[in-house]
Amino acid sequence: MTLLSTRGLSRNFGGLKAVDNVDFDLPAGQVRALIGPNGAGKTTFVGMLSGRIPASAGSVRFDGQDVTTMPAHRRIRAGMAYTFQITSVFSRLPVAENVALALRWRTGDDAVATERQVAEALERVGIADRADQLAGDLSYGHQRLLEIAMGLSQQPRLLILDEPTQGLADSEIADFVALIRGLAGDMTILLIEHNINVVMQTADAITVLNFGSVLASGTPSEIRNNAAVQAAYLGTG
Amino acid sequence: MSVFFGSDLRKSWTLHIGVIMLLFALQFILPAYHHGNLARIMVLTCYAMGYNILFGYTGLLSLGHALFFASGMYGMSLTVQHLGWSAGPALLAGLVAGFAVALAIGLLALRTAGVAFMIVTLMFAQAGYLAALYFGEYTRGDEGFVIQQSFRQLAGINLADPTNRYFAALILFAICVFVSLRVVQAGFGRVLVAIRENEERTRMLGYDIHRHKLAAVVLSGTMSAAAGAAYGLLFGYAGATFASVQYSIFPLLWVLLGGAGTILGPFVGTLFMFYLIDLSSGLTTAYMLIAGFALVMLTLFAPQGLVGELRRRALRWLP
Repeated sequence: MTLLSTRGLSRNFGGLKAVDNVDFDLPAGQVRALIGPNGAGKTTFVGMLSGRIPASAGSVRFDGQDVTTMPAHRRIRAGMAYTFQITSVFSRLPVAENVALALRWRTGDDAVATERQVAEALERVGIADRADQLAGDLSYGHQRLLEIAMGLSQQPRLLILDEPTQGLADSEIADFVALIRGLAGDMTILLIEHNINVVMQTADAITVLNFGSVLASGTPSEIRNNAAVQAAYLGTG
Repeated sequence: MSVFFGSDLRKSWTLHIGVIMLLFALQFILPAYHHGNLARIMVLTCYAMGYNILFGYTGLLSLGHALFFASGMYGMSLTVQHLGWSAGPALLAGLVAGFAVALAIGLLALRTAGVAFMIVTLMFAQAGYLAALYFGEYTRGDEGFVIQQSFRQLAGINLADPTNRYFAALILFAICVFVSLRVVQAGFGRVLVAIRENEERTRMLGYDIHRHKLAAVVLSGTMSAAAGAAYGLLFGYAGATFASVQYSIFPLLWVLLGGAGTILGPFVGTLFMFYLIDLSSGLTTAYMLIAGFALVMLTLFAPQGLVGELRRRALRWLP
């Protein structure tokens, strides 16, 4: 079953075609990596998926319905979760409240359920012992993990992670890889990632964007051996 | 500001109920002058608490709240004066007027953000002030009009009597404190705080930002209108001065001084400012100089306001 698909999805900024006519299909349950050189349009593309950025043309379907014009907050409630590329937690609120905000629209004013699910999400990313700290006092790596916990706590069908390992130490990256592998059965994941080792260790399939268009799509080994991808990354013909 | 811990919740209810009981007890020991002042301060605090919901908790700075205060005041007083309504229905008319004006202003002004929001609210409030002057035939403009004592009866209780007036002010104050507390503790209030802290993140967590902001404007405006209606009824006067820009700035000052985003901040700020002007004007005619100096010092050394500073230094659990 296809969870998410786009047809002819495009976005222009003035004369620049940031994303140009992208057809994209993401089957349910897959971990898909989206890679490409800087400026390839990855963030713009997922921005259109999640509703942060309106599409100039084309359509987005999620879970059987056309969500192209649906506002972002309703797409989130329909089962997408989105973590920001630049860490964007509520730094002056406690860690637990950050996660509580992510899931309270599901639990309502049921404080017991909220508390339990917050604890579970923090446990899952390994920062449960920091629940009472202010989010702004966490280390950068922990703030990244908090972002992921906020996404996880929404129990989404599609989790969109925008460069989650950016700025993490090697040991933290190893933990992250383990985390994604652990989640793989539960939800569909779309991962924008620069670190090619992380991609190779986690992704079931890879889509490569270049200059706003899909350059290649396939399994990790297919992509690794694709001449066009090598050219785009290494700049050789 | 912790989330779940029942002990914090209990502490905060105990504190606020304690403050209300203290104000109740003061009624019996205060000399007449301060007794009257405190009644006035409690009503004005309700105005500040309404303002605080929008400014302190949602992070929207309005420069036009006098419009809501005056809507409540005129909604109440004009129906009494010209339609001969009794106090109960007139109060309700004030609330409805405030609600309707806040809804309309919210729908229009929330199309803007930041500085534009400040300017748009300021302009609407000026338009309201000028309208009050324009319809001078009914409002008597700046000069205003007195609401006759015979109309200031609620359920057979004479609100012009100082003791009754004090209790009426205290009841309104208590209602506003409890409404504010409930809002802040509920999911709705927490989303408002999240919007204040990081609007885009809140949206991407699945919240309809516009609807929450609109609800905040309406709640804030209605509470301000309740204060305006009560002020007119309890002190027997309605005039266009209350719609002027000065009365839009006051709640901002009170809230800043007392502590934006705290429940008791508006009360502490209003009390402080009221007596600062009262005491300094007893010393010199240049009392605004003393008041201004105190304000500058507070802004320098307690930028989060008195209650905000207390929360930062000692009482982290203060709502």
